[in-house]
Amino acid sequence: MRAIDYQAPTSLSEAVSIMAANGDRARPLAGGTDVLVQLRGGRREADVVVDTKKIPELNTLNLGDNGLQLGAAVPCYKIYGDSAVAAAYPGLIDAASMIGSIQIQGRATVGGNLCNAAPSGDTIPPVITLGGEAHINGPNGWRTMPAEDFCTGPGRNALQDGELLVAIQLPAPAANSGTAYLRFIPRNEMDIAVAGVSSTVTLDASGQTIQSARIALASVGPTPILATAAGDSLAGKAVSDEAIEEAGRLASEAATPITDMRGTIRQRHHLVAVLTRRTLNIAIRRARGEE
Amino acid sequence: MTTANQVLSEVEYDVVGKRPVRPDGVDKVTGRAQYGADLNLTGLLHGRVLRSPHAHARIKSVDVSKAEALPGVRAVVTAADLPFASLSKDELGNDYNRFKFLSDNFLASNKALYRGHAIAAVAADNAHVAEAALALIDVDYEVLEPVIDVRAAMQDGAPLLHDDLVHTSAMGEVSEKPSNVASYMKFEKGDNAAGFAAADVIVEREFTTASVHQGYIEPHNATAHWRADGQINVWCSTQGAFVVRNITADVLRVDVSEVRITPMEIGGGFGGKVAFYLEPVTALLSRKAGAPVKVLMGRTEVFEGSGPAPGSWMRVKMGASRAGKITAAEIELAFEAGAYPGSPVMQGATCAFACYELGNGAVEGYDVVVNKPKTAAYRAPGSPQAAFGVEQVVDELCQQLGVDPVEFRLNNAVKEGSRKVEGPVFQKIGLVECLEAARNHDHYRTPLSGPNQGRGVASGFWMNRGFHSSVNITVNPDGTVNLIEGSVDIGGSRASIAQQAAETLGIAYEDIKPQVVDTDSIGFTMVTGGSRTTFATGWAAILAAEDVKTQTVERAASIWEVPADEVEYDSGVIRHKSEELSFTFKDLARQLYTTGGGITGTASLDPTGEGNSFGVHVVDVEVDPDTGKTEILRYTAIQDAGKAVHPSYVEGQIQGGAVQGIGWALNEEYYFGDNGQMMNSSFLDYRMPTSLDLPMIDTVIVEVANPGHPYGVRGVGEVPIVPPLAAIANAVEQATGKRMTNLPITPGSVLEAEWNGG
Repeated sequence: MRAIDYQAPTSLSEAVSIMAANGDRARPLAGGTDVLVQLRGGRREADVVVDTKKIPELNTLNLGDNGLQLGAAVPCYKIYGDSAVAAAYPGLIDAASMIGSIQIQGRATVGGNLCNAAPSGDTIPPVITLGGEAHINGPNGWRTMPAEDFCTGPGRNALQDGELLVAIQLPAPAANSGTAYLRFIPRNEMDIAVAGVSSTVTLDASGQTIQSARIALASVGPTPILATAAGDSLAGKAVSDEAIEEAGRLASEAATPITDMRGTIRQRHHLVAVLTRRTLNIAIRRARGEE
Repeated sequence: MTTANQVLSEVEYDVVGKRPVRPDGVDKVTGRAQYGADLNLTGLLHGRVLRSPHAHARIKSVDVSKAEALPGVRAVVTAADLPFASLSKDELGNDYNRFKFLSDNFLASNKALYRGHAIAAVAADNAHVAEAALALIDVDYEVLEPVIDVRAAMQDGAPLLHDDLVHTSAMGEVSEKPSNVASYMKFEKGDNAAGFAAADVIVEREFTTASVHQGYIEPHNATAHWRADGQINVWCSTQGAFVVRNITADVLRVDVSEVRITPMEIGGGFGGKVAFYLEPVTALLSRKAGAPVKVLMGRTEVFEGSGPAPGSWMRVKMGASRAGKITAAEIELAFEAGAYPGSPVMQGATCAFACYELGNGAVEGYDVVVNKPKTAAYRAPGSPQAAFGVEQVVDELCQQLGVDPVEFRLNNAVKEGSRKVEGPVFQKIGLVECLEAARNHDHYRTPLSGPNQGRGVASGFWMNRGFHSSVNITVNPDGTVNLIEGSVDIGGSRASIAQQAAETLGIAYEDIKPQVVDTDSIGFTMVTGGSRTTFATGWAAILAAEDVKTQTVERAASIWEVPADEVEYDSGVIRHKSEELSFTFKDLARQLYTTGGGITGTASLDPTGEGNSFGVHVVDVEVDPDTGKTEILRYTAIQDAGKAVHPSYVEGQIQGGAVQGIGWALNEEYYFGDNGQMMNSSFLDYRMPTSLDLPMIDTVIVEVANPGHPYGVRGVGEVPIVPPLAAIANAVEQATGKRMTNLPITPGSVLEAEWNGG
């Protein structure tokens, strides 16, 4: 590993100017659980890493009427350690509490997970199904985009040179809504998803009819995938095994997996259907306040 | 559910069989223990190794000039620096192939035979410069087609790893043309054809197992200083300092006395640190640089450049009568040796049917080279693979006969006097006692609790080893003793050896100070491996202690001015038969220096009578029908330890072996890309089980004393990895109806079996 310059700006403007000055030779650093490993392993190169942990805007964890403002440098443990946030977004907690290990969760961030843009990023599907937006600052000021548009390929994201992901904004959960994320791994921890699915459902007041649903997939395509048709198929339908089964089938169709050391194409299509059914059932129970 | 570990003892002793604190415990829990990577000598340089990116390639040239020119680089070595490069085929004669294979695996000369094969090494002022220098070495490769599967490698027309590798057949015929088959063996007993003709049921299946790594936490490392006076000092992580000394001297063509190996603490080995990779290369770097050099492997280098256990193909056929007796059995095994000959196929062949009383049997084995790292020992080498096949075929026989798998195994179990297929006759052994303990165990008597669950049973065998060991015991004036040994302590052997010395001397365990020393400081001692250390080095400690006892008796006699035969040694007290004169061991120790000098007891031995190990494992699993994932619900491992010197460490060995076997069974494999590159060379994707993947492994230590050891000890470290593969496969079969014949039994493979109706 060769020498790399380390910068730890204390303001957003300072960070953006360092990022802009170094273009694609700069890498932002949040928890570092991906980028440091990549730099050491020669899988990414950089001349300067810009530590974002000292920038106030990237460290906000603010739950309010408008939802959750989640700074890009907030580590997972702070998210699930905040009981109000945990109660409001159990689907996000599913993912934040399964990444890596307890030790990794002490450093790893949801923002970093999104920026790393791994197809397997566990927190990305729930951020997508919860309607998350990426708040980006750069030399040209602020811009916002839906989380599902943020990842553009394996390890690639929509940030331009000089830009930083500042925060993820999750809308306040709708009444009678619930979210769940599950992944399939051969072990029980310390592993990368063979497939992952997040489901968010909003029920009517009776809890018997699905008003809307969003389903997003991990590890089954070059980016996390918002399975729009699968989610839309549930809108207006009564909760039933048949409707859930059909959503699983459509989610499986939306997957574009490859065969690699972690799983085969057929296995991953199959797992998407299984996990879609399982996460929808959990999300429905959560929407009903049953768990 | 009862989960306590049990010890079924035959004989009780004062110290042997107790659970004292280990002598190395404080250093290890406080981080003070010195491992190879901790070593920092004055003027130390840092080395790195350049490795082949290709699984099979001819090396046309290696140009190190740019690397040598990089500021901070102090030495670069290639195969041209090894003595082999300057020895002709005529000079080496019959030793040519052996010496070429030995030298080439340290630094490849004409061919790279696996991805990760060492090509060159650099020593520099720091590791970053060394890494930068590696990138400046130009290697001109002619890339060749690799062959990584044992069956493919045996085909006519397969790419040949070695141009001149011929083998000798069972009939003594030398094969006409070179092939990848390095050796072939066959053993027979009785008349198998008649045995199969007499069978009421016959099961025949083929099996495969994957290449798996030992997975020790500490990567290989070596620090070497080739001094100006020619003395070569090496500090390394090894299971056998004397083996490193002898082979380093051999490959460097120097006398063994010119090489001193100091074994550092070892962060796991499991057989994989019997083999070594860095020491001669590091010594060459040191000679060239004129300074000590330290080389550390990274994890990817460990996976790609050090020995896995062999992948294998097997065909097993067994027949049994309605009365539940095995009438005939045969197995054909083909093991991947890796790049150079030497897989443990012979051990696999001799272990395969060792649990069964056979009138008729046949075993055949092939040792086959493939473009993978040279295989190294891994806990009961060869036996887990064979058991994976045999124990599943036995399970299927039981199903077809409708008999209980433990009863069937009892009905066919080997006992004292049983003769194995390849010839040896068993001494007193404990397989029957293990099977009875399984049958009587709460686990086996508790019904499964839900759908998609299954229970599997399997037995396992390991012969164990004796081999050379040496121990010196010096009496200190305060009545403690220094116990000097050459056996590297991997699994608590300082404690288990000290306990045997304490028992023999009749003094407190805490008064024994065991130390593992370098190769100049103790007599020849073979590797810590083969489940031999507590047995053989323990025995050396017993003999050294007996020597001390004899000398203390003589000293007391001389002090009392009585004949020595009137003095006896009893439980740490030296006493005249009149009982009027006596010394405690401590009393006498205090006087040694004024009554004739110190006392040192010494022993070197090469014992036989090591006694064989048997284990029986019972496992409950639940298989998720939607995902194919196997969860281990309950696991009980039963094993004959002869006498468990330190039951906690025996339990640790049993649990550790079972867990490694669970890894083989469910997830672990080298996953290769199209060009023979290992794709999963990290602990993230080479999936060893974590504590969250396992229930507590319950153990039962059965004690059927080994008549070949003073305290009845049998080696315990290896046999526990033998049964788990088949036990889990048998349990998965019961849960799913699918007979899984290829390892690992991944979730994906269980789904595939379901989809294929297999």
